[in-house]
Amino acid sequence: MSIERQEIEKLATLSRIAISEDTIIEVSQRLSSVLELVDQLQAANTDGVEAMSHPMKATQRLREDEVSEINQREAFQAIAPDTEEGLFLVPKVIE
Amino acid sequence: MHNLTIAELVTGLQSKEFSSVELTQHFLARIAKLDANYNAVITVTADQALKAAAAADERLAAGNAPALCGVPILHKDIFCTNGVRTSCGSKMLDNFIPPYNATVVENFEQAGAVVLGKTNMDEFAMGSSNETSFYGPVKNPWASDSVPGGSSGGSAAAVAARLAPGATATDTGGSIRQPAALCGITGLKPTYGRVSRWGMIAFASSLDQGGPMARTAEDCAILLNCMASYDDKDSTCIDREVPDYSATLGDSIKGLKIGVPREYFSEGLDPETEKAVRTALAEYEALGAELVEISLPNTGLSVPAYYVIAPAEASTNLTRFDGVRYGYRCEDPKDLNDLYTRTRAEGFGDEVKHRILIGTYCLSAGYYDAYYGKAQQVRQLIQQDFEKAFEQVDVIMGPTTPSPAFKFGSKGDDPVAMYLEDIYTVATNLAGLPGMSVPCGMVDQKPVGLQIIGNYFDEARMLNIAHQYQQATDWHALAPEGIATPSERIA
Amino acid sequence: MSYSGWETVIGLEVHVQLATKTKIFSGASTAFGAEPNTQACAIDLAMPGTLPVLNKQAVHYAVMFGLAINAEIGKESAFERKNYFYPDSPKGYQTTQLEKPIVGRGNVEIKLADGSTKNVRIHHAHLEEDAGKSLHEGDFRHGVSGIDLNRAGTPLIEIVSEPDMSNAEEAIAFAKRLHSIVTSIGICDGEMSQGSMRFDVNVSVRPTGTTELGTRTETKNLNSYKFMEEAIAKEVERQIDLIEDGGTVKQETRLYNGDTKVARSMRSKEEANDYRYFPCPDLLPVIVSDETIEELRRNLPELPDARQARFIEQYGLSDYDAAVIGNDAPMAAYFEIAAEKSNNAKLTANWTMGELAARLNSQDLSISKSPVSAEQLGGLVARIADNSISGKMAKEVFEGMWAGEGSADEIIEARGLKQVSDSGALEKMVVEVLTANQAMVDDYINTDEAKRKKKLGGFMGKIMQASKGQANPQQVNQILAQKLNELL
Repeated sequence: MSIERQEIEKLATLSRIAISEDTIIEVSQRLSSVLELVDQLQAANTDGVEAMSHPMKATQRLREDEVSEINQREAFQAIAPDTEEGLFLVPKVIE
Repeated sequence: MHNLTIAELVTGLQSKEFSSVELTQHFLARIAKLDANYNAVITVTADQALKAAAAADERLAAGNAPALCGVPILHKDIFCTNGVRTSCGSKMLDNFIPPYNATVVENFEQAGAVVLGKTNMDEFAMGSSNETSFYGPVKNPWASDSVPGGSSGGSAAAVAARLAPGATATDTGGSIRQPAALCGITGLKPTYGRVSRWGMIAFASSLDQGGPMARTAEDCAILLNCMASYDDKDSTCIDREVPDYSATLGDSIKGLKIGVPREYFSEGLDPETEKAVRTALAEYEALGAELVEISLPNTGLSVPAYYVIAPAEASTNLTRFDGVRYGYRCEDPKDLNDLYTRTRAEGFGDEVKHRILIGTYCLSAGYYDAYYGKAQQVRQLIQQDFEKAFEQVDVIMGPTTPSPAFKFGSKGDDPVAMYLEDIYTVATNLAGLPGMSVPCGMVDQKPVGLQIIGNYFDEARMLNIAHQYQQATDWHALAPEGIATPSERIA
Repeated sequence: MSYSGWETVIGLEVHVQLATKTKIFSGASTAFGAEPNTQACAIDLAMPGTLPVLNKQAVHYAVMFGLAINAEIGKESAFERKNYFYPDSPKGYQTTQLEKPIVGRGNVEIKLADGSTKNVRIHHAHLEEDAGKSLHEGDFRHGVSGIDLNRAGTPLIEIVSEPDMSNAEEAIAFAKRLHSIVTSIGICDGEMSQGSMRFDVNVSVRPTGTTELGTRTETKNLNSYKFMEEAIAKEVERQIDLIEDGGTVKQETRLYNGDTKVARSMRSKEEANDYRYFPCPDLLPVIVSDETIEELRRNLPELPDARQARFIEQYGLSDYDAAVIGNDAPMAAYFEIAAEKSNNAKLTANWTMGELAARLNSQDLSISKSPVSAEQLGGLVARIADNSISGKMAKEVFEGMWAGEGSADEIIEARGLKQVSDSGALEKMVVEVLTANQAMVDDYINTDEAKRKKKLGGFMGKIMQASKGQANPQQVNQILAQKLNELL
């Protein structure tokens, strides 16, 4: 099963990664190769088999509703690319 | 000093044979002098290390210090270290200095261990050769034209080259075991949930586990004692008592039933590697164990299943890298979309990008059932294979890798050739079982490893079994040429 | 507005912010109004290596909602990742529930203006995390947006209805009913102005009498009933016009700006977003035990219907008053404190629903922000009830309390407003006025009995004036009538 250019462009959009024109063919080849590998899964008989999302048979721990975090804005924003007045800045968001 | 094991260093420190400061200076000097040959270390934390060493010496003097007090180690650059760059081998995090510690790092700090620095790795832990790091490839100390394995190539090479007596690492599809095998050292991936993932940058959340790398099983036991803990900040961490992994190393292994999966000895396994592994198995028989042939019928599906699940989870674990709150940001983004697409195109390397795309594909509408859904079902089948096997046997053994370390660039353009490196290791991650690799021979003057797979939370027994083997053999004591002092045997 | 030949189908998705102290997956505070990013910890900022841990109270609040609407409780529920890129969503995905929500099918009964009731089915309610806020202008340089992640991670339940509503009235009744329920059981503070409840409205139209659903559009993030009503009206009109002109309705997400009254399609949602939902590997299955459910059921705070009935029985309120106050949880709580203090439920109800409500509405304040506390109002009503002050004086006292001058007693004292009810003093006042106004008295005596009553007002006016309004009017009336009678 090979993966077409249009599909790659869609994936690039969904994952917000710019794929340059000159690499699209290479990317397509590599992805097609991986898809060939994973397509081997189709041969497996999985009738009645439950999907496993967690390897351990455990359940979610619940945390008490008490404030445990202090304000560390200075520390966190010291490593941020662009901040002003305590806000993280990004190019204008248009809805 | 660098030829001493951690166990020996602990004894030496406790008996004041040498100080932590001396030890630390020694290893820092080795790194400074030798790492250019391997490129195993990304960041050296000399000042912090010496300060920690001095503090450790005080603690040791006061008496009653924990086992690892004063022992120098390296952390894989995937563990967040407060105030110290944590790059994950990526340009995306080249400037990332976390204001918090991973729990694993915290554990070592509490124990008084001395952190020499952060080791090189495949970018975002995606790789089996340490060729994808933003900081350049790591060279195998046994053969400079060959890979050390990945993704924990830096930790493995550093330990093999005796730049540190031990290092932390992570394993998602074999990233501790495979480099351990290719570098002739001992490495262990614990049961999923044994070691906290807090502060351990996520690749594939349901597969990732942190674990120790050192030259011996005895050393790994000491390191694991420190790494394993229940952490309520990690919902997937299992609340279960941590045994003293060192306490049972000396137990007899007579009557041990070892399962040998026929699927792990099929075509694709290099004949010389197979010979070395079979010799190791024979050694176990000599030690009183019984070999039982078993079958893990869905082994062939494990690589396809892994290469759906891991990239799928990774594709969403890496969406947070967007140039907004930390990490790399492209210059002069012209709008929001440009910020995202260019930051991520420039910040991520090719392998990471490809895996994100594949992962995105497998989760896409219309493909989910056939890929992700299917892979999660196959995962159940694989776990069932192991459950059945463990009804018959105590542990499972086989080769860690299909062959010894391969040359740089030899896996070429086909990603699948690289992915098949993981053929014996990924099933363990899919099932959440613990696995380890111990050196068991040399092929073409390069090490090969024996893999030991245990049942859930059976790390103590695995370390015991490995230790007994290492008492009877000395593959683990070999050092790459030029590394050992004259008194050490060289391969 | 109704369009002949067309019927409207409406479904609501309601986002309710749960009133927990901390976020759903981290221990950061959810308190409203903090400085930007001072309540966003490493987990909320999606820093590398951070992991979520689930807030027990959020789970309990969700279950309580399920119990309040007689819904199935998802004893085993799971979290999924909904993937999309947006600056206010730091992880690049929202942790939510899809396949296995914590609350299943339920029912909400709504009462309409004509007295009829209608059942609106609830499809399910699930737990999820709120996003942060994007500010498009502020104290920062021009041309950028500022992101505040304080709100990111606040627990929400999203309540999804079936498309059972057929007009704006029903949609609003449903929305108000939900508001009443969630505030009554205390899982949400109901402050619409703070975004504690937000509504997404799904609207479609179809020819009258048909059963197939038309293509629906979703108008997001409405936070007032008025805007919901306007948005629905606009969208129905737009769809019908479009179809009648030969076009087809495109499935899309829209926004409605209540200030500019403009509705439009959302740009970013144009490419059909593939959210790639899959089970979140960092969170394990959430189990709610039967014991927990029973305990929550036992301790479930009073529901609106029960409270309404109780107000009729306990306080003797009329059906209407009980309905108005009983269904508004904050108002009900306020009322009960005030009524306890005043010992006159009926009068308290009048003041609460009347003067107080009107004043709050005029300044767009919710009752929790009332400058006049429940104790204070109760104190005022008590003084009216015991005749210390007249109704007219009471209004003045109320103004004083609103302005922060203190309690009713304090204001009455300070301004000297105590009603004169001493009959001796009053009698003296009446006699003085009668004496000073002989002409009026003569006029009264000479008027036909039938027309005398009208003349009383003139005397009353002069007496009240003389007493600076502090004479107890009822008593004065009595004394005046008596004195005049004596003169006849």
